[in-house]
Amino acid sequence: MATTTETTTLPAAPARRRERGAATGLRRFVFHLLLTVAAMVMIYPLLWMLSASFKPIDEIFTDPGLIPSTWEWSNYSEGWNALPHPFEKYIWNSMVIVAGSIVGNLVSCSMAAYAFARLRFPLRGMMFAIMLGTIMLPIHVVIIPQYILFNNLGWVDTFWPLIVPKLLATDAFFVFLMVQFIRGLPRELDEAASIDGCGYWGTYLRIIMPLCMPALATTAIFTFIWTWNDFYSQLIYLRDVDLQTVPLALRLFMDSTGTTNWGALFAMSIVALGPIFGFFLAGQRYLVRGIATTGIK
Amino acid sequence: MTDNDVAVVRPKQRSSGPPPETAAPAPPPAPNKGRGTIRTRERWAALSFMSPWIIGLLAITIGPMVASFYLSFTDYSLGYGEWVGGENYARMLDDPRLANAVKVTAVYTFVSVPLQLAAALLLAIVLDRGLRGMSFYRSVFYLPSLLGGSVAIAIMWRQIFGTEGLVNQLLAMFGIQGEGWVSHPDYALGTLIILHVWTFGSPMIIFLAGLRQIPTMYYEAAKVDGAGPVRRFFSVTIPLLTPIIFFNLVLQIINSFQSFTQAFIISSGKGGPADSTMFLTLYLYDQGFTQFDMGYASAIAWLLLAIIAIFTALNFLMSKFWVFYGDND
Repeated sequence: MATTTETTTLPAAPARRRERGAATGLRRFVFHLLLTVAAMVMIYPLLWMLSASFKPIDEIFTDPGLIPSTWEWSNYSEGWNALPHPFEKYIWNSMVIVAGSIVGNLVSCSMAAYAFARLRFPLRGMMFAIMLGTIMLPIHVVIIPQYILFNNLGWVDTFWPLIVPKLLATDAFFVFLMVQFIRGLPRELDEAASIDGCGYWGTYLRIIMPLCMPALATTAIFTFIWTWNDFYSQLIYLRDVDLQTVPLALRLFMDSTGTTNWGALFAMSIVALGPIFGFFLAGQRYLVRGIATTGIK
Repeated sequence: MTDNDVAVVRPKQRSSGPPPETAAPAPPPAPNKGRGTIRTRERWAALSFMSPWIIGLLAITIGPMVASFYLSFTDYSLGYGEWVGGENYARMLDDPRLANAVKVTAVYTFVSVPLQLAAALLLAIVLDRGLRGMSFYRSVFYLPSLLGGSVAIAIMWRQIFGTEGLVNQLLAMFGIQGEGWVSHPDYALGTLIILHVWTFGSPMIIFLAGLRQIPTMYYEAAKVDGAGPVRRFFSVTIPLLTPIIFFNLVLQIINSFQSFTQAFIISSGKGGPADSTMFLTLYLYDQGFTQFDMGYASAIAWLLLAIIAIFTALNFLMSKFWVFYGDND
């Protein structure tokens, strides 16, 4: 195990925490070697899929390497047009749901979080406990009555069942995240605003929200990734072929033609993973903070 | 990304109570107005801020929960249903497919979660050494857990572990003739377990944050007392990390009981081959949204909730024996 790298000659320098395991050259080399091997094993399937999306079909089944012998860009154009609609249609549908979910979560979760963190009202403690409990509630327990409800409203095969719950702060995880964040803001700011004549809404809009930008960014990024990746509720609510989203389109692709045209299927899979990867690169800081704060992926 | 980012807040053990500042000072009361007026204003404001959440709680969460419980005692099927008492629950007892689904879900959870957490802990400890390039490694290990839940990754897995997939191509280089892992009843679940372990990145990040919280003085004190590196690891690092291990364990068990997408994609929605990847969630979907036997599906949903609740409760009970909360401050 990693324990053996602890050294015994530690200077009591301020940076000592990071130096705790600082080891001799050879040891460090071995560590880097092992980590690099581990990282390669982890990342190889992704790199391989990326390269396979450019490979001719027979090469996908014979070549475990990463460099295609010829670059088959046609995989992308074929995949893009392999389904009843061109792929941009599915991307658009996903984007509409994602945008609605982000707006919904930002507005509704921050409102509830402000009330939990700053206002006093009866049953606050109990409601807070209930809110924490709903984070852990499996969607499977409520999905059937929700389906019946939305079916009776005539909302099945519309985007509403996927967006309206977000407008009602049902992603309690984000409420919790923002409560944590707002608690860390100095109360004096609220009081100063109040003395200057700001009401509760003014304080919320002009003081709390601008200071909450990191928490709002974390919320927006996680909402993007989760909604973009979401399969279960989209599978249940969107059966109309005109409303299919990217994950549903991929599934359709695979079950209809996929096993005969892996190249094109991989190409569209790469297209589907692209935005997440982009957010991963751009928003890593917020993602890591979100996880470290609340412990949910 | 700087290394400080992960150290912001300790995972949530301490914060699960109600907000602490109940006794904070009220805004200064206006002259000649009673405190009651301000209190009332504050309450109305709170109600308006809370109203989306309250409506959501009642209409999207609690209402459906109650309805689901009721439905589990009916034979409801899209628009029509009658009270059948405990029939759905009785039916569970001699439904071999359900028994199998419970078994498959349990095997999946209790094999993949320990492996995933072991990998996460090991890598977190290695990365906590403060090696150069540490944030690069951290990103690489974290990426799969962001992508892991998506359909695209499940499709990739299906190919990788297929008859002519990447794994078998690599095995062939060593002269080994591989199986069609995904389509073999003995191995299909194994591929899903590997996929779950592959996403160890997010518990790893939580472990890293936890390791950062251990005060250096404990290590120094241990060193003064003559403890070697191995001893320090088992007597300082591990005990102080047990709350985080416990937290990850609870969370991952709850999550993995609810896994759906990967098994659905790998088996084309059928839970096959031979029901070997038929998770409870897939069986619920099959009963509720393919057969439209929503009464029975609701009963399955409550079985799932009961199983998750029991294991979470067991987890908490057992935590008394191994989780160390000695650093209460």
